[in-house]
Amino acid sequence: MTIVKNRLFWPVAILVALLIVNLFTSNQFITLQDGHLFGALIDILRGSAPLILVALGMTLVISTGGIDLSVGSVMAISGAVACLLIKDLGDQNATGSVLLIMGVAIAVSAALGLWNGSLVAVVGIQPIIATLILMVAGRGLAQLVTDGQIINVQSSPYATVATGFFLTLPVAFLIAMAAVALILVLTRRTALGLLLESVGGSPSASRLAGIRAKRITVMVYVVSGAFAGLAGLIYSANIKSADSIAAGNLIELDAILAVVIGGTALIGGRFSIAGTVVGAILIQTLQVTVVSIGVPSKATLLFKAVVVVVLCLSQSATFREKVFGRFKLRSEVPA
Amino acid sequence: MTVMSPQPVTTDPAINPRRRVYRPNTKYIPILATLALLLVMYLGGLVNYENFDQPSVVVNLFRDNAVLLAVAVGMTFVILTGGIDLSVGAVISLTTTLTATLLQGGWPPLLVLPLVLILGALLGAGMGAVIHYFRVEPFIATLAGLFLARGLALFINQESIPIRDELWTTLSDMRIPLGETTKTTLTAIVALVAVLIAAAVLAWTRFGRNVYAIGGSADSALLMGLPVARTRIAVYTISGFCAALGGVLYTINSTSGHALQGTGTELDAIASCVIGGVLLTGGAGYVFGSLLGVMVFGLITTIINFQGDLNAAWTRIVVGVLLFGFIVLQRLVTRRTR
Repeated sequence: MTIVKNRLFWPVAILVALLIVNLFTSNQFITLQDGHLFGALIDILRGSAPLILVALGMTLVISTGGIDLSVGSVMAISGAVACLLIKDLGDQNATGSVLLIMGVAIAVSAALGLWNGSLVAVVGIQPIIATLILMVAGRGLAQLVTDGQIINVQSSPYATVATGFFLTLPVAFLIAMAAVALILVLTRRTALGLLLESVGGSPSASRLAGIRAKRITVMVYVVSGAFAGLAGLIYSANIKSADSIAAGNLIELDAILAVVIGGTALIGGRFSIAGTVVGAILIQTLQVTVVSIGVPSKATLLFKAVVVVVLCLSQSATFREKVFGRFKLRSEVPA
Repeated sequence: MTVMSPQPVTTDPAINPRRRVYRPNTKYIPILATLALLLVMYLGGLVNYENFDQPSVVVNLFRDNAVLLAVAVGMTFVILTGGIDLSVGAVISLTTTLTATLLQGGWPPLLVLPLVLILGALLGAGMGAVIHYFRVEPFIATLAGLFLARGLALFINQESIPIRDELWTTLSDMRIPLGETTKTTLTAIVALVAVLIAAAVLAWTRFGRNVYAIGGSADSALLMGLPVARTRIAVYTISGFCAALGGVLYTINSTSGHALQGTGTELDAIASCVIGGVLLTGGAGYVFGSLLGVMVFGLITTIINFQGDLNAAWTRIVVGVLLFGFIVLQRLVTRRTR
């Protein structure tokens, strides 16, 4: 029973079940072709990269008891800034310039995160409202940057970020995994993770214990902004254009869902990086599976909704107790 | 034995002699600020644009924002209890799609109308029950409700469906005269009636007091013996009903139904409530505040239309800036009272 009680048991079980479904329904699950891996599994990994990045930042924010609704807008702004600058390049294929521009876009995103963090930590606004401001205004800003147009770019180094392969694996997934590794080392091999959970548990108690709670709070929003910016670059590189309306639309909801599926409590004070990654891949797998098992496109969202409802209920300890507790009680009663 | 002092230890701030300037009760400051902003925006419009003084400018605010107003009324109840309802936009889309489909299928309109309203209320009640009994976060439970309602809507029909029903077209063409030259639509009146009923319920009924009490502190409300479960499920039911009402108003306004209608309405409704001074932590705010918030929202759009050469993106940016201003104001007000 200990495995079943692990909070990652149900998400992983559903993920494995979905992958097994994919194994039978997709033409090629995983093969080696043209020198790199190819197939449904690789598509899932590649497609889940932006969501993993956004959900990773979201996990840190939620672990301090906050929430970041602005990630979708930040994605749109980051893609818009990058495409605008790349379009003005003399040679769009100059790798150095493209890398510099991507750095600029991520810096802009981090600055937007700094704005969120300052509102939460310094002004003392509730996180859900503080980030709502940028969520509403940010998409307007992105539209101003692109002047309401969709900016197309023809830059092969930029496209590589989303569609390229390195060591037979998709570059986008490798970027996401590098970010996950970085955060894992920072939070689990240093005291940072403990500090985050401490701030999430009680900011004032943490401050009295000598932790700079405000600095940590600002930092998580900056990291969340930067990761959202990186996700925005992958999104826009994938479609080779900046679409300020569709980019990152509703991704904050998927990201929060991924975090919750991964067992991170929304009230803060506890987080699981591995759980978030499982949650993000699960959501992406679900989207791929719905198509591959031939659910008609009009029922896609309904199917997703049913799985989400089941997941949310299975996450609720009270629900498990009320439904499954009854069976347990009966077996324990001596005959 | 000590002699008790007959004087009260604390002094009432109302009779503080050093206070000469009129200061409104702090709980009214956000709503007064919104009202002031609304007046300034309107005066600004009067000065800068021709024809802004026509009464139709004000009357059309209600006509164009009837759907948002209905939704914001329900959202106010939920936010007052400290919750949030992300599903309202999806409930609108489900209602419009279902109404249009049933009417196209030849169902009697007088059956369709109560049916879709009850469906919205039931969806809300279901989410409320999940939130209360299974202790799922309101954010997550209503997010699942959003997916479910929009999923159902898309499943029914992905296209825009026209409504040719006689009752609907009659209601759509109905104009109610206000004074000599101005007329308004039925939808605006319905939305305003919803505001009045909601305001009366919150101000004068036991249920209304329970809503504020739960928003102040759910634990204390429970210890006081207030019916927390019933009230909490009721506010989500009201929100679902109001969202369905918004959907019906939309079908009357546009005589069509579309599954993608109402995307993002939940955020507009939350923003309207915040601009109107409803505290997102719960326990403080008024439906009239949300009404003013919706009016501010509508007036921004109107001014941008009058200006003509402004990008529509500015609407979002201005709303964002206003949100920022009002949240900081609320923060200052609540900090002072503490």
